[in-house]
Amino acid sequence: MIPVCRLADLPRGEAFRLETDPPVAVFHTEEGELYAIDDTCTHQDASLADGWLEGCEVECPLHASKFDLRTGAVDAPPARRPVRTHEVVVEDGVIHVRLSPSAPGLPSCAAGRLAGGAG
Amino acid sequence: MRSVLVVGASLAGLSAARALRARGYDGRLVLVGDEPHRPYDRPPLSKEFLAGQADEAALVLEAEDEDLGAEWLLGARAVALDPGARSVGLADGRTVTADGVVIATGAAARTLPGAAARSGVHTLRTLDDARALRADLARGGRLVVIGGGFIGAEVASTAHALGLEVTVVEAAPTPLSGPLGEAMGGVVSSLHRDHGVRLLCGTGVRGTEADGEGRVAAVVLADGRRLPADTVVVGVGARPCTDWLAGSGIEIGDGVLCGADGRTSLPGVVAVGDCAAWYDPAAGAHHRVEHWTGALERPAAAVAALLSGSPGGQRAPRPPYFWSDQYGVRIQFAGRAAGADTVTVEEGAPQGRDVLAVYRRGGVPVAVLGMNRPRSFTRWRKRLAAVTS
Ligand SMILES: Cc1cc2nc3c(=O)[nH]c(=O)nc-3n(C[C@H](O)[C@H](O)[C@H](O)COP(=O)(O)OP(=O)(O)OC[C@H]3O[C@@H](n4cnc5c(N)ncnc54)[C@H](O)[C@@H]3O)c2cc1C
Ligand code: FES
Repeated sequence: MIPVCRLADLPRGEAFRLETDPPVAVFHTEEGELYAIDDTCTHQDASLADGWLEGCEVECPLHASKFDLRTGAVDAPPARRPVRTHEVVVEDGVIHVRLSPSAPGLPSCAAGRLAGGAG
Repeated sequence: MRSVLVVGASLAGLSAARALRARGYDGRLVLVGDEPHRPYDRPPLSKEFLAGQADEAALVLEAEDEDLGAEWLLGARAVALDPGARSVGLADGRTVTADGVVIATGAAARTLPGAAARSGVHTLRTLDDARALRADLARGGRLVVIGGGFIGAEVASTAHALGLEVTVVEAAPTPLSGPLGEAMGGVVSSLHRDHGVRLLCGTGVRGTEADGEGRVAAVVLADGRRLPADTVVVGVGARPCTDWLAGSGIEIGDGVLCGADGRTSLPGVVAVGDCAAWYDPAAGAHHRVEHWTGALERPAAAVAALLSGSPGGQRAPRPPYFWSDQYGVRIQFAGRAAGADTVTVEEGAPQGRDVLAVYRRGGVPVAVLGMNRPRSFTRWRKRLAAVTS
């Protein structure tokens, strides 16, 4: 499990980007739920932690594809692939994530960069 | 309502079809589009697709398993709307009749008045346009872009990255002063000079000259200067595709005039996307919004109004939002610059081309511009939505 931040430091309606590789976004919804998904949009290199959080969905800050925080599913192109979801655990007031074992569905440009390409 | 006809099979038309099904409409659904292609995404046509970094498969707007249960009449152009019968005549002689009509015919690139159509001179609106331009850019050499608006600027940026020698010609003293205002139009258009792309402002274009084979060889400016060119792109805006509605009696201004929910002057007919000028209560006027997100989001409200026959009780549309990618800088803008009395830089520095600027009118935020600032831009965009709703 990776510690993220204190629950008290992540107000409702806010997101925290965990600089893992690949990065993970942790959301605290207005309703008080906590969710973690891959931070990088599956369309291009945008950080979903910078996106527009509404209910259980985050809208990509660039081209408005919306991801369901519970399932990672995307509503409509330009993004086509879902993001991975990760388990969130709060222990002693600290938010932790347990990373999903499945392979990430990053956009090709970010994947290229991660693999050491020009990106 | 048992049948709905959507005219125009691009982003706004597809979004309307999706919104109809999402609201549980299960009647007949017909989409008519004059391009032979399934709905595709236009923004990459001046960016990744033109650069050769994205292929045609990446432009597809439908999800892989998406099935709207619709009849698609592609390669079919609508030529007339009969409001009494609520039927649409097609160029091939067919007629489609429906209980409800969604007009989503978008916009077409403007051309230079009086300029001869020559090989090597392009406009950029469709996939076919982008294929042709991409092939010409591959020849290299000198590109002259007429018009310093967003599409012209993006083509200049892409062609520069492909190694062409690029000149941008703009009639106004400052490019983008319409959408962004004078000050920020100046900041964004400085990107050209930062990258060694020549920007000539305040000069009109007289015409083009051809070589012996009839291919473009130069652009001649109003002041007589001659710019040698291997390829020319005319990026002087788009006009709404409403010609086919002439004679229908529908009210037209700059686009199909609509209420704040997309309803037109004809019952059972709504209009969405680049062809539509919705009434904007905040501005007290009709505005044609030519942005991707408008074509994506507004059809939901229009379809609600169409199905119910009355204002759908939908939320007011969010403030207009668009983005542009130039020289590796992500430009984002939301709201309306016109009418703002101050513009203040809240973060970053204009010189660094890394800036968040807020436009205010009487102290109230009315628009926000971000250059490489997606996080704070989204915060401001949310605030704007809260102010205007
Ligand atoms: C090169 C380019 C880059 C862009 N970049 C950006 C960007 O970065 N950000 C942004 O926010 N926006 C951008 N846009 C704008 C965005 O693409 C449009 O706002 C959007 O496409 C509008 O969708 P629409 O469905 O209303 O119209 P359109 O996409 O224009 O589609 C209308 C469709 O209707 C068809 N049609 C027209 N007349 C008829 C008829 N009589 N009968 C049948 N069919 C008809 C047309 O052929 C077309 O297929 C860009 C546009 C272009 C061209
Ligand atoms: S980068 Fe997320 S939708 Fe384009």
